[in-house]
Amino acid sequence: MSRIAIEVENLSKRYRIGLAQEEEQDTLGGALLSWLKAPMTNFRRLQRLSRFDDGEEADVIWALRDVSFQVAEGEAVGIIGRNGAGKSTLLKILTRITPPTTGRAVLDGRVASLLEVGTGFHPELTGRENVYLNGTVLGMTAREIDRKFDEIVEFSGVAKFIDTPVKRYSSGMRVRLAFAVAAHLDPEILLIDEVLAVGDAQFQRKCLGKMNEIANEGRTVLFVSHNLPSIEALCARAFVLDEGRLVFSGGAREAVSFYLNRQVFGLASGVDLRHHPHRLPGDREPIFTSLRLLNADGLETSSFAIGEPITFELRLDLGEEELETPFITIAIEKRGIPICALTTRFMVAQRFTLTGQAMARCTWRPGWLTPGEYTVSRVTLKAGASAERLDHIEEVLAFEIVERDVYGTGKIARKDTLLVPDGTWQFF
Amino acid sequence: MQKTLSRPASPAVVSNTIVPSGKIVIEPPSGLPHINWRELLAYRDLFYFMVRRDIQVLYRQTVLGLAWAFLRPFISMILFTFIFGRVARLSSDGVPYPLFSYTALVPWTYFATVVQTATTSLITNSNMLTKVYFPRLVFPLTPVLSKLPDFLLALGLLPVFMVVYRVWPTPYVLVLPVLVVMMAATAAGLGMWLAALAVQYRDVNHASQFLIQILMFAAPVVWPVSLMTARFGETARLLYGLYPMVGVIEGFRAALLGTVPMPWDLIGIGAVSASALLFSGAYYFRHMERRFADVA
Repeated sequence: MSRIAIEVENLSKRYRIGLAQEEEQDTLGGALLSWLKAPMTNFRRLQRLSRFDDGEEADVIWALRDVSFQVAEGEAVGIIGRNGAGKSTLLKILTRITPPTTGRAVLDGRVASLLEVGTGFHPELTGRENVYLNGTVLGMTAREIDRKFDEIVEFSGVAKFIDTPVKRYSSGMRVRLAFAVAAHLDPEILLIDEVLAVGDAQFQRKCLGKMNEIANEGRTVLFVSHNLPSIEALCARAFVLDEGRLVFSGGAREAVSFYLNRQVFGLASGVDLRHHPHRLPGDREPIFTSLRLLNADGLETSSFAIGEPITFELRLDLGEEELETPFITIAIEKRGIPICALTTRFMVAQRFTLTGQAMARCTWRPGWLTPGEYTVSRVTLKAGASAERLDHIEEVLAFEIVERDVYGTGKIARKDTLLVPDGTWQFF
Repeated sequence: MQKTLSRPASPAVVSNTIVPSGKIVIEPPSGLPHINWRELLAYRDLFYFMVRRDIQVLYRQTVLGLAWAFLRPFISMILFTFIFGRVARLSSDGVPYPLFSYTALVPWTYFATVVQTATTSLITNSNMLTKVYFPRLVFPLTPVLSKLPDFLLALGLLPVFMVVYRVWPTPYVLVLPVLVVMMAATAAGLGMWLAALAVQYRDVNHASQFLIQILMFAAPVVWPVSLMTARFGETARLLYGLYPMVGVIEGFRAALLGTVPMPWDLIGIGAVSASALLFSGAYYFRHMERRFADVA
């Protein structure tokens, strides 16, 4: 048995979510009184953000609960779980950004963490200056950066602009430079959170390659991602977190299938959303009441043939409230890879009002997606672009797309790609 | 702006690792906070680049650029000369009022800017706070160094005024570095206190402006300590010395303008309370630090 690089024992973390809503006053006297009392109540409220009583309180959540595991030196381990399952909290504790409430973790070796690329980048400074700033932020010394500077610049591919202020960079260039710094950290233990969700496809491949290299060099890697295929590709082992608990630990492939089986209750043509287990906690009453999937004939179903339009019928209970052109979003994923987000924000030009028992129906012509299991990974409701979320449910339900003889050849398209190509050949 | 980066002169370091190789134990915070000097030392390069960033960014895209370093105390001086010198006719210990107030405004402007910047430092950098670990003390301490060049530039203008008004410095100018350290320590101490408070209670952010204004009038910026001693006596003077900026400002005047004999008593008392402020600030900051990422 090789040396233990990361050892976590009974780690727990509790948070207080949000600041409780104030009660509304409907008389002038009452309103005046509560306004006068406001500083005192606000003070207590703010204090409560970091103070906890012993009892279980309604607005306290355990982001992490009694998590224990060990990672051997040189191992690459993935962590998967829904949003809010505790993945990021776990990383934040291991990177010492936030302390645990109870439990203990021991990291043996030089640690580098990547929760975000480009932390500390300043737009007014040049690329060169930012490399030094960002490098020291991530824990390198100036000498180390001197030594690796050329390599970093070369990896980033922005050598020509290294003395230009970063504010003149495109966002892609900025990300490339930032990742290049991070990729040259040279740690013994590397903690990574979803940084691959940035940059163009080519650069993403480069990043994956670099991470693979790091993992193969015998460094210890803890990798959090939604991208299940990349977890399978990079990690030998994986943990599944759910509601703050470690529910599975084993081979990456097994972990991924465990996760997929657990998150969705089989295929469903419709689901009651009032008491959905994956609603993100919030101060408000649930608004979404149900989601149904309908085929072109208006029949409720959970399987659709390749190319067949899918209608999502979303019911909402808004009570007295009137929403003026809210943003409703239905996001679709396949094995953790985002396929698309159907959103009123960009897809609807006219204004509309929703109130009482409302219904929103969206018909999606998905093109020729490869057969397989798909999930409605998220439905959200917001009053406007910068408004807070009124309702938010993750991993809502799963449906499948089934084969169809799209080409009339009797042959079935490959399943390891995302799309079944909708095209023809011609010969001369 | 220069393009090549010069590095801080640092003693030869054999190891490249910043976090000393060895076990990192993460546990819930308990007991009294302590200041991890070794870690602070290990992150000195980061501190250096943060200070550099602050200095470099400060006057980019401004028309007047570095002139702002003089202008702020200079404009205050003109204002104060008119209001307190001409209209209110406050005593200026026998030197021309503009010179009297500018000598105080140079350290005061530094102090006020550092405290203000330090207070908001955690909030303006909250994106770093929640994404990466390093000693948080770097944030409020950065302005303590990064505002020094401005201070020195403003101080550099003082001899010009002195020549204009034909006032000559005393040999005590040699004590100025001590006063500068005291001034920086006071600013750092108060800055750490307010920064730690401001993360959780944003009110501190809004209130700090007024606090600094109150502190200015409480300090002998627009009036001399002799005015206070004349009215309230010697004991009051010594109590007043507990406010470290009193010793700093009177010390500046005594050394540069020779208005009063060097106020060693005020400086001594002030040095004690400045140290108390510095250490209590650092410990309070460390105590609150555990919560920063959760409440920022």
